[in-house]
Amino acid sequence: MSDLTQLGVKAIRDGVAAGEFTAREVAEAFNANVAAAKEALNAFIVATPEKALEAASRVDADRAARKPLGAMAGVPIGMKDLFASKGVQTTAGSHILEHFIPEYESTVSQKLWDAGAGMLGKLNLDQFAMGSSNETSYYGNVVSPWRRKDGGNAPLAPGGSSGGSSAAVAARLCPAATGTDTGGSIRQPAAFTGIAGIKPTYGRCSRWGIVAFASSLDQAGPMARSVEDCAIMLGAMAGFDPKDSTSLDLPVPDWAGSLDANLKGKRVGIPREYRMDGMDPEIAASWDQGVAWLKDAGAEVVDIHLPHTKYALPAYYIVAPAEASSNLARYDGVRYGLRELPDHANLQDMYAATRAAGFGDEVKRRILIGTYVLSAGFYDAYYTQAMKVRTLIQRDFDEAWAKCDVILAPTTPTASFPLGDKVDDPLAMYLNDVFSVPASMAGIPAMSVPAGLNSEGLPLGLQVIGKPFDEQGVLNAGLAIEQRAGFSAQPEKWW
Amino acid sequence: MSVDRATVAKIASLARLKLDEDALDRMVPEFNNILAWVEQLGEVDTSGVEPMTAVIPQALRLRDDVVDADPLTGGGIRDKVLANAPAPEHGFFGVPKVIE
Repeated sequence: MSDLTQLGVKAIRDGVAAGEFTAREVAEAFNANVAAAKEALNAFIVATPEKALEAASRVDADRAARKPLGAMAGVPIGMKDLFASKGVQTTAGSHILEHFIPEYESTVSQKLWDAGAGMLGKLNLDQFAMGSSNETSYYGNVVSPWRRKDGGNAPLAPGGSSGGSSAAVAARLCPAATGTDTGGSIRQPAAFTGIAGIKPTYGRCSRWGIVAFASSLDQAGPMARSVEDCAIMLGAMAGFDPKDSTSLDLPVPDWAGSLDANLKGKRVGIPREYRMDGMDPEIAASWDQGVAWLKDAGAEVVDIHLPHTKYALPAYYIVAPAEASSNLARYDGVRYGLRELPDHANLQDMYAATRAAGFGDEVKRRILIGTYVLSAGFYDAYYTQAMKVRTLIQRDFDEAWAKCDVILAPTTPTASFPLGDKVDDPLAMYLNDVFSVPASMAGIPAMSVPAGLNSEGLPLGLQVIGKPFDEQGVLNAGLAIEQRAGFSAQPEKWW
Repeated sequence: MSVDRATVAKIASLARLKLDEDALDRMVPEFNNILAWVEQLGEVDTSGVEPMTAVIPQALRLRDDVVDADPLTGGGIRDKVLANAPAPEHGFFGVPKVIE
């Protein structure tokens, strides 16, 4: 039998349905890859091979009984450890949630299990999804499976915060994984590892059971190796959930069934503000190539203007920490998670000691910034001003949609960088998200697709941004790029 | 605007984060770097602009007025609620004494 771990979501699902192989064989093959990469890549915090096998056996039994199979039937996936998993430790990459075992399942993960997927394990991530390199996890760095072709073998960042997800999909430890995106946490790691990932419109995927970071920005989405696989998995994840007050009460379109790479009659906007001074020439060249590909697909290319682009990132670093400082107030050592109780400590001492011991430095930094910008006397100058700027960022996009149907931009300002390079400079790390944050601030769908390799042999991604609710337009333009890029590179196995 | 060590210590206390002297030494300059950078937002003319309240406009829904309509968010699950508590006692969350 050929190597089943080279197959993607659709190929596995269709192969299982056609009886070319069993779901159990698929789960066994991926379980073996997960186990073999444990030490070297550290992509999983917890592996759950038995869960993958159980789900696979159910699918095989359903097939034998000629029952209808779901959209993800027989596909084992990785679950970012930000989604609550009933009976399985769920940590958000933090010490404060170590040993936390939810009594309930997140809506998105439950939908995936209902569609026939199985869980290979819980994927490592930046602590509370705060980071761009997966270096803030309490459970250690994830190492990208990619290496520069200079032979130096420097361990590289898989991106973040969904760094376990990106590394695992790129290294064929799973055909697809869930991610979450607050300011770029699906798109940036996808770009760094040569895979695809989409953040849908805010509200498409329920936030119920996802550990909260910044609730007005957090969105779940799929990460996989093709646009079609992303479309299939997003269809299984999305949908109205009364348990999330910002869940969109809209039907879920058949994105996978409606994919169409013919862009005739579509207009693609190129935002001039994204062409920043000192832009990496290889990123600029990849962007130009993307423009040519979309023209080749029949699209008309137009220049557009998003004048508040440069303010999106600083506004984000007020809004997201403000919401985080409020959301993370729940970690108090009383109801669940870590408790630190020094001798003779009172309740307040216990709170402060628990949070000091349980949160990493980046989380503390953001809680402090958030507390400051929300504090009396500073609220208007920082938080209100940032939310006004957020209105202007959204208005920029609204005005752009008069001229174009989708926007094409780079996903990241550079390719992956070595672990340790930016970890001591929070601002340099934040700049990774300069191209991804504007779409997050506007709540609109955006995806990264692999565009090619740079001169160091590392993947680069292109980003497609779309109108609210128009995931289809984003996926279609992504497909047009994917077909022309013909990206088939994969990391050489060294782990 | 730059903040001093005492201000960062005050913010940490408001956020219920115990920071020792070393942590404060590290945090104060980082805090000021980030603040100096976000202050570029002051350049933006926002006169007449409303702050965003919802990224996708939606009406807030009311659930049906039915007890435990959704078992996942309903009540009557004390043991599940307490299952991850660090110090459950007699069906309650245990905490250090708060009243002298």
